[in-house]
Amino acid sequence: AINIPKTTTLCYKRLLFHNLQELRHSASLANKVFIQRDYSEGTTCRFQTKFPSELESRIERTLFEDTVKTLNNYYAEAEKIGGQSYLEGCLACTTAYLIFLCMETRYEKVLKKIAKYIQEQNEKIFAPRGLLVTDPIERGMRVIEISIYEDRGSSGSSSGSSSVSGSTAR
Amino acid sequence: MHLGVSESMRECEYSQISTRSSTPMETPYKKRTPKRRKWESFPGRNKFYCNGRIMMAKQTGVFYLTLVLILVTCGLFFTFDCPFLAKQLTPIIPVIGGVLFLFVLGTLLRTSFSDPGVLPRASSDEAADLERQIDVANGSTGYRPPPRTKEVVINGQTVKLKYCFTCKIFRPPRASHCSLCDNCVERFDHHCPWVGNCVGRRNYRFFYMFILSLSFLTIFIFSFVITHIILLSHRRGFLEALKDTPASVLEVVVCFFSIWSIVGLSGFHTYLISSNQTTNEDIKGSWSSKRGKDNYNPYSHGNIFTNCCAALCGPLPPSLIDRRGFIQSDMPQLAPPTNGISMYGATQSQQSHMAAATPLLQQQSSEPVILMASPENGGALPGRTSLILGGPCTSLPLGLPTPPTSTPSLSCHEATDMLPMHGHSHTHNHSHPLQDPVAHHHFLTPEEVPSPPGMLPCGSPMGHSHTMQAGFYNPASQDSLHEDSVRGLVKLSSV
Repeated sequence: AINIPKTTTLCYKRLLFHNLQELRHSASLANKVFIQRDYSEGTTCRFQTKFPSELESRIERTLFEDTVKTLNNYYAEAEKIGGQSYLEGCLACTTAYLIFLCMETRYEKVLKKIAKYIQEQNEKIFAPRGLLVTDPIERGMRVIEISIYEDRGSSGSSSGSSSVSGSTAR
Repeated sequence: MHLGVSESMRECEYSQISTRSSTPMETPYKKRTPKRRKWESFPGRNKFYCNGRIMMAKQTGVFYLTLVLILVTCGLFFTFDCPFLAKQLTPIIPVIGGVLFLFVLGTLLRTSFSDPGVLPRASSDEAADLERQIDVANGSTGYRPPPRTKEVVINGQTVKLKYCFTCKIFRPPRASHCSLCDNCVERFDHHCPWVGNCVGRRNYRFFYMFILSLSFLTIFIFSFVITHIILLSHRRGFLEALKDTPASVLEVVVCFFSIWSIVGLSGFHTYLISSNQTTNEDIKGSWSSKRGKDNYNPYSHGNIFTNCCAALCGPLPPSLIDRRGFIQSDMPQLAPPTNGISMYGATQSQQSHMAAATPLLQQQSSEPVILMASPENGGALPGRTSLILGGPCTSLPLGLPTPPTSTPSLSCHEATDMLPMHGHSHTHNHSHPLQDPVAHHHFLTPEEVPSPPGMLPCGSPMGHSHTMQAGFYNPASQDSLHEDSVRGLVKLSSV
């Protein structure tokens, strides 16, 4: 079980109802965890599903892994080489790529789905635990950046507040 | 949505910070500065046109030559040869010629103007995180130069990922850093001066289409100009025919020399596409069987057809650099925490941030021993040291595009040594840690002053706060100059 003090839980529940941008202003940023790319299957976009130690006390392993796996599936769908992508490629070539002025590529469509998914995950799962997932596209598809926040009120004047894992259990 | 955080909490956070800073905090909502687009502060050596829509390399002279050659040759063909050929043979000839010409021009412009697949540079937090991981992996000595490579097994082949000192990332497989454009490019093929751009993942198919269609066009023009001359010389004699159409002579000469190079290049790239290799890999012989019996290309799909389809008709990834996006200056960054109170990073104006941070850091740096000793601050240090070490490190690329090869072990502690030593001796810095912070402003040129955390990609907006920044980092760099204390801090940060 993860021990989160009552004040912190209350604070995050309040924040759940607000814009995630406001989360950044009311809580303080303690640390950032970077999930690196997994290149074991080539250059296709995949992120490592290894659970980082800094998140051990903040979120359940399965939730984290599910999020990363879903993201990996989305990226695989975007980069899939198959019938639909060939059709799109040939059509684009024959129209001298002018068709992209009015139509968006499949990749872009999937990226929009990913952005929506990440926002949902942030609102439902990550923000209540004081975490914020940044869309990898904003980091050049290099990393999934997870920001760890701390409730400003409870951190107070305790020392070492911005350290990693053990900080919330105060 | 409105901020529903309790007033007491908000007052609490502002009051904590305001007691330590002399300048008033500005809220992000009061920003009136005009929004700048990301291309305006792009760190690479690229040129942008049309408000960021067009992206090219710095040297574009040869591209204009290419354009002129194609336009002039085709212009001459359509003006002087096509009327004759249309009458004598068939009017389809100019039509086909026109279609080919438009296709060549379209693909050329598309290759030259699009983003080849540039990888954006790592944010300072990412770079700091990587540095920390590398230091942890190195172990306790720290004196041994870090290898800065990672090995990855892709489809059974071991591939080495190199660390890019300029972009502060481990390059993905097949990516390479273009020294002309000063960018890491995904699936880097080569930098083509003829198109005035790098050829990478996003524009390789356009480049291939360009050279393929250009070979057809040159062969087309060459053959029909020769036909024209031959038909004319049947009537009048060879020399008379040449005098009648001098333009044709020029076209023949241009096409003759172009055919050898362009057709050769098309053939070469057809081979590369069918084996799914880049020019870079082929030149280095990365997947050549001469290297070893088990050496094979892990990226190949197995058969020629799939490789071709994947390269030419595969999905087109979007640009990662978002050059027309607006610079978000209110991104939260990991700020150096002070005495346990986490300070909120550069949300507000940098000056207030720096003002808040400077007295805090000066206070801290006066007691470096205590920082090292207190274990509860051990966790706090990753933020602090990584930022301070990351700060001077990130400034290096501005002054030195490539790290000096004599110091391949360019880790952060050595980098901080290099920085103040540009103008001043080591001992002086050490003996007066706090007394002359102003004096050290001289030794940091605007290029060398590290930008505040998170702001490196948007370098130029920092111009107005250089002196503040120098004040912010100098006291810290005094501490970090002492190698032992730096190593101690780094050791603690890795705990």
